[in-house]
Amino acid sequence: MQPVLVANKLSKKYGKVVALDSADLELYPGEVLGVIGDNGAGKSTLIKVLCGAVIPDSGEILLDGNKVTFTSPIEARKLGIETVYQNLALSPALSITDNMFLGREIRQKGFMGSFLKFLDKKAMADEARKRLSDLGLLTIQNINQLVETLSGGQRQGVAVARATSFGTKVVIMDEPTAALGVKESRRVLELIGEVRSRGIPIILISHNMPHVFEVADRIHIHRLGTRLCVIDPKKHEMSDAVAYMTGAKQPPQD
Amino acid sequence: MNKVSDDISKDLKDQPKFTTDIGEKDQDHHSFDLGEQTTLKKIQHFLHGNPTIVPVIILILSVIAFGFIAGGKFFSAFNLSLIVQQVTIVGILAAAQTLIILTAGIDLSVAAMMVLASVFMGKLSVEMGVPTLPAIAVGFISGIATGAFNGLLVTRLRLPPFIVTLGTWNIFFALVIFFTGSQSIRSSDIEINAPLLHFWGERINLGGFVFTYGAFLMIGIFVFLWFLLNKTAWGRHVYAIGDDKEAAELSGIRTDRMLVSIYAVAGLVVAIGAWVSIGRVGSVSPTSFYEGNLDSITAVVIGGTSLFGGRGTIIGSLFGALIVGVFSSGLSIAGLDVLWQRFALGCLIIVAVGIDQWIRKVSA
Repeated sequence: MQPVLVANKLSKKYGKVVALDSADLELYPGEVLGVIGDNGAGKSTLIKVLCGAVIPDSGEILLDGNKVTFTSPIEARKLGIETVYQNLALSPALSITDNMFLGREIRQKGFMGSFLKFLDKKAMADEARKRLSDLGLLTIQNINQLVETLSGGQRQGVAVARATSFGTKVVIMDEPTAALGVKESRRVLELIGEVRSRGIPIILISHNMPHVFEVADRIHIHRLGTRLCVIDPKKHEMSDAVAYMTGAKQPPQD
Repeated sequence: MNKVSDDISKDLKDQPKFTTDIGEKDQDHHSFDLGEQTTLKKIQHFLHGNPTIVPVIILILSVIAFGFIAGGKFFSAFNLSLIVQQVTIVGILAAAQTLIILTAGIDLSVAAMMVLASVFMGKLSVEMGVPTLPAIAVGFISGIATGAFNGLLVTRLRLPPFIVTLGTWNIFFALVIFFTGSQSIRSSDIEINAPLLHFWGERINLGGFVFTYGAFLMIGIFVFLWFLLNKTAWGRHVYAIGDDKEAAELSGIRTDRMLVSIYAVAGLVVAIGAWVSIGRVGSVSPTSFYEGNLDSITAVVIGGTSLFGGRGTIIGSLFGALIVGVFSSGLSIAGLDVLWQRFALGCLIIVAVGIDQWIRKVSA
C-alpha cells in the first residue's frame, strides 16, 4: 500500500542544536499514527515541518507519492494537509460558522457575491451544520453561537470539523486532549475514530500514553531527533513505549 | 457554570442540576443570593450578546436627563439637529477609528490625516487653480496613502499602532504646517473658487429640524461600513484579526495585507471627513480639529467597542458620538462651565470601559 504522506530524511538545525536528524515518517491511508517522544526529542519540530510552519534544512516530503514543498501552513493546507493546533486557532468572538469558513468564505451567487462580495451566510451555516452532524456533534444546536460560549471539547469539535471539511488528505492533531477533562477527552477520542472511519488518516501527537494507545493503529516513537521505531500498540505495553522513548530499553528490531 | 453553555451542551445537561436533583428545599437559605446573582448574570449575558445596547441606553437616559435639567430648550428641533451637525465630523472620524480599534489597534493620527487631506483639497482648488473634483480626488488619495502608510509601519516594522500613529500624527501635522505655512484658507475664497468644497455644509430644513448634507453622509458611511463589516469576508476578517491575530493567520487570512487594507479604508473614510469638514467649518485651518483624535477614540469607547479588539459594532460608535454631543449640548444649555463638560465626559469614558470589562468577564 502506498503511504499518503512520507517524510524522507528530514533535517533541521537551530544553530548548533540538531532538532531533526534525518527523520523519517510514513502515514498510511485510513490509519491513526500516534507520535510520541520525550521532551526535546524533536517531535514538535517534525510536526511543524509537516504542517508547513518550519522549513527543513534538507529532506523531502511526499504526498500521495509526489514531492511537495510548502513554506507556510496555508500552502500546506491548500495541498490537503490540515492541522488542528493545540490552541485550536479559533476566533472566540466569531460564530461557529464564521470560524469554520474563516479564510474560505462562500460568497453569494451573481452580482451580490461577485461584485458586492456579500457572503452566503445560509449556505455556510447549512454546510457547517452538516459537517458537525457528520462528526456526531449535533449537540451544538445553534450554529451561529459564538465559539467562546462553547466548552473545550466542543471547540475541539469545531476545529476538527473545520480541518476535515475542505478536501482534506491528512489531519495533524497536536495534543488534542491536553486541555480537556476526562469526559471531554473521551468525546475527542471518539471524534478521532469518527474522522478515521471517514477514511482521513490522522497524525496524533500526544503526551497522554493511554489516549495514544487507545486510538492509534501504529505508534511512531521519536528519540534524539529521529525515528527510533514504530510499534504496534496491541503488541507492546505502555511501559515498553516509555522505556524505548527514554532510552532505558532497546527498541525491537523489525 | 454559565447559562449559555447550559443551554447548548448536552454534556452539561447530563450532570446533576443544582436545584432539581439536589432538592430545592435544602437550598432555601441561599435562594435570595442565588436569585440576585442570576439576574445580574442574565443582564451580563444579554449585554455580551448585544454590545450596542449599552450606548443606546446611555443615549436615551442622557437625553431624558438633560431634558429635565436643561428644560424645553434642549428638546427644541433646532437644538437636537444642531447636536447632529456638531457630531458629524467626530462621527466620521469615529467610524474610521472603529475599524482600527476592532483590529486591537489605535489611531492617534486620524484628525491630522483629515486636516492634511483638507489642505490638499483647499490648496489645490483655491490657490493653484486645479478644478475642484481632481483636487478632492487628490485629498482622497492623500487619505488612503497616509492610512496605508500607518498600516505598512504597523505590519512591516512590527511596531505597536499606538507608537506608529503617535509618530505619524506629528509628521502629518508638520506636513500640514509645511504646506500651508500656518495660513488658513478663507471661507470666502473657497466660496468663490471652489464652492463644491462647501457642498456637505449645505442645510436642509425638515419641519424645523435643520440637517446638513454632511450629517446624511455620515449616516451613509456608518451604514456602508456596517454592511462591509457584517456581510463580507473582509469584515469578518477585521474581527478575526482583532480577536486573535495568530489564529486568523493560521486560518489562512493574510493578516498583514488585511491590516494595511483596513488602515487604507480608514484613511479613505477620514478623507471623506475632510471634505465634509470644509463644509462644516467653512475654511481650511491648519490648526483645527486638534482634539479630533482623542474625541474619535472617546466616541468609539463609549460606543462599546473594546480597546482589546475583536468586539464592538460600528453603529455603537455612532451612538457614542451622539452621546458626546448630547452631553456637551445639554451641559452647556444647563449653563455649566466647559470644565464640567470635560469632567462629565471623563467619567463617562471610565464608566464605559468599566462596563466593557465587566461584560467581557462572561466568557472568562
